[in-house]
Amino acid sequence: MDTAEKLAQMALAIALFAGAMGLILLLVGRVRRRADLVQAVAFVVPALALLAVGLIYPAVRTGYQSLFDRTTDNFLGLANYQALFEREDLLIVLRNTLFWVLVAPVSATLIGLVYAVLVDRSRFEAFAKSLIFMPLAISLVGASIIWRFVYEYRPDQQNIEQIGLLNQVLVWLGFEPQQFILNAPLNTFLLIVILIWVQAGFAMTVLSAAIKGIPQDIVEAGRLDGLYGVKMFRYVTVPSIRPALIVVLTTISIATLKVFDIVRTMTGGQFETSIVANEFYTQSLVRGNYGLGSALAVVLFVMVIPIVIYNIRQLRKADIR
Amino acid sequence: MSTVKVTPEVRDGWDSSSVASPAARARKRLTSPGASVAAVVIAVLWTLPTFGLLLSSFRPEDDIKGNGWWNWFSDPQLTLESYREVLFGSATGLSTYVVNSVVITVPSVVIPVTLALLAAYAFAWMKFPFRDTLFIAVFALQIVPIQIALIPLLQIFVDTGLNGTFWPLWIAHSVFALPLAVYLLHNFMREVPAELVEAARVDGAGHVKIFRAIMMPLVLPAIAAFSVFQFLWVWNDLLVALTFAGSTSDVAPLTARIAELVGTRGTEWHLLSAGAFVSMIIPVLVFIAMQRFFVRGLLAGSVKG
Repeated sequence: MDTAEKLAQMALAIALFAGAMGLILLLVGRVRRRADLVQAVAFVVPALALLAVGLIYPAVRTGYQSLFDRTTDNFLGLANYQALFEREDLLIVLRNTLFWVLVAPVSATLIGLVYAVLVDRSRFEAFAKSLIFMPLAISLVGASIIWRFVYEYRPDQQNIEQIGLLNQVLVWLGFEPQQFILNAPLNTFLLIVILIWVQAGFAMTVLSAAIKGIPQDIVEAGRLDGLYGVKMFRYVTVPSIRPALIVVLTTISIATLKVFDIVRTMTGGQFETSIVANEFYTQSLVRGNYGLGSALAVVLFVMVIPIVIYNIRQLRKADIR
Repeated sequence: MSTVKVTPEVRDGWDSSSVASPAARARKRLTSPGASVAAVVIAVLWTLPTFGLLLSSFRPEDDIKGNGWWNWFSDPQLTLESYREVLFGSATGLSTYVVNSVVITVPSVVIPVTLALLAAYAFAWMKFPFRDTLFIAVFALQIVPIQIALIPLLQIFVDTGLNGTFWPLWIAHSVFALPLAVYLLHNFMREVPAELVEAARVDGAGHVKIFRAIMMPLVLPAIAAFSVFQFLWVWNDLLVALTFAGSTSDVAPLTARIAELVGTRGTEWHLLSAGAFVSMIIPVLVFIAMQRFFVRGLLAGSVKG
């Protein structure tokens, strides 16, 4: 396909859906008998049908396929799930996923919170915020390349200079350069740094907005009670923005579970860095093991549920207060 | 769920810093210069990794591979050679993939918006059986990880002969965007005063008329917010792209191609640095131009994924 052909296809697809929408509006406008019901059906059915075929049916099918072997021919029962907790390489995958979920959301939220407080009402607020926020606009593939360059290693020999910033800093400080990406389990944490770098901007944005929403009289009351600095932060700021904190924490937790791009781009899951979201891709689309891949997808889904339930319960509690 | 709670104060808060009311100016004076300096220093450190790669993308190939980008300041040389090679060189040819990314992204924004507008209106203002149950179901689908649908969806596309075209990407991105789009637009449509809709009905306007004449103009900001969010989501996506297009095919987007370059030519930093920024320039421009809408979409739709 050449460029013109591709653009023509794009125009066609847009015209098709815009046209279909126009047609629905035109036709249902003319219906007279049982107009309300017919119109409602015509409005919701396109979206619901697409969701049913494109999301619900495939999800159910994935659950079903997780009970079968790699070619989905022979029924295995729960053997794929059992393998997750028995095979050593897959146990490492689960352990790494746990590292990610425990470290990334809390770190990103903390950094975002501290920065939001620090930058609040400072002179260069808008500029500083934009810089922290920028990583959120670029792809995780781009972010991974940026950090791969920071972690880049050159052999420690005469006439060879380090080109990665981190190793150069080590050399300046008198240490030997490290092959960061190859050293488990440190490499997993270096990959987590990339997600923290991206998500801190999200945390800062939401929390900064929440901090600006704290009523001024609460802050004044705190001042009158002699609260300044850290105490103000601890007893006024943090309790006031509790709901926003919960939302940020759970949102980043869910994003962390699903993140695939960083591990895929940095290591492809090698050197003991794989996580569930990446292992799903590797098993399903690289190794062709549909059964195990499906089981990993189901596990991913199951892991999201407690986070969502926690989120809802905490927000209800915050509401009652 | 989570999204409902943050919105009001959070949405307004982002912009309020720029309002120079007397009170705001009074508050400004309370800031310590130390905090300002610390804030700027951290922001600069935060940007240093990006800056290093950006500067490298303009250095000659031998310089990039020979020493670190900080040496540029003692030996400043700039060239666009890496960009020329990465965009048009036979080994990478990224310009084709730029076109692919555009062709993938635009319909993947337009299709869910059109479908979600209709559905959101029905959920907000029409009466039909199981309306609330269906709406909660659509809403709940937001948390489902897309991984769980990918492989059977791929099987459907293979069976129907659509594989290898742009359709799998358009349809998959649309499906995964629909729950958020319906939810977001529904919330905005609900905020339209009921009296306005009632008055129109009394005047003899049907749902189609109300949808076109009242709702569409009023929810334009919501459409913009969702569109920016979805644009960045699709442009930056890797998982859907790799699943339905692979990394070198006729329909693969930039992200997939560049991720593949990292795997195959991981030490060719002149290609990787320039390639990374080719893929970043459009989302960053969109981000700068539409920052307000982006933040709004982000705050309202942060559960998506």
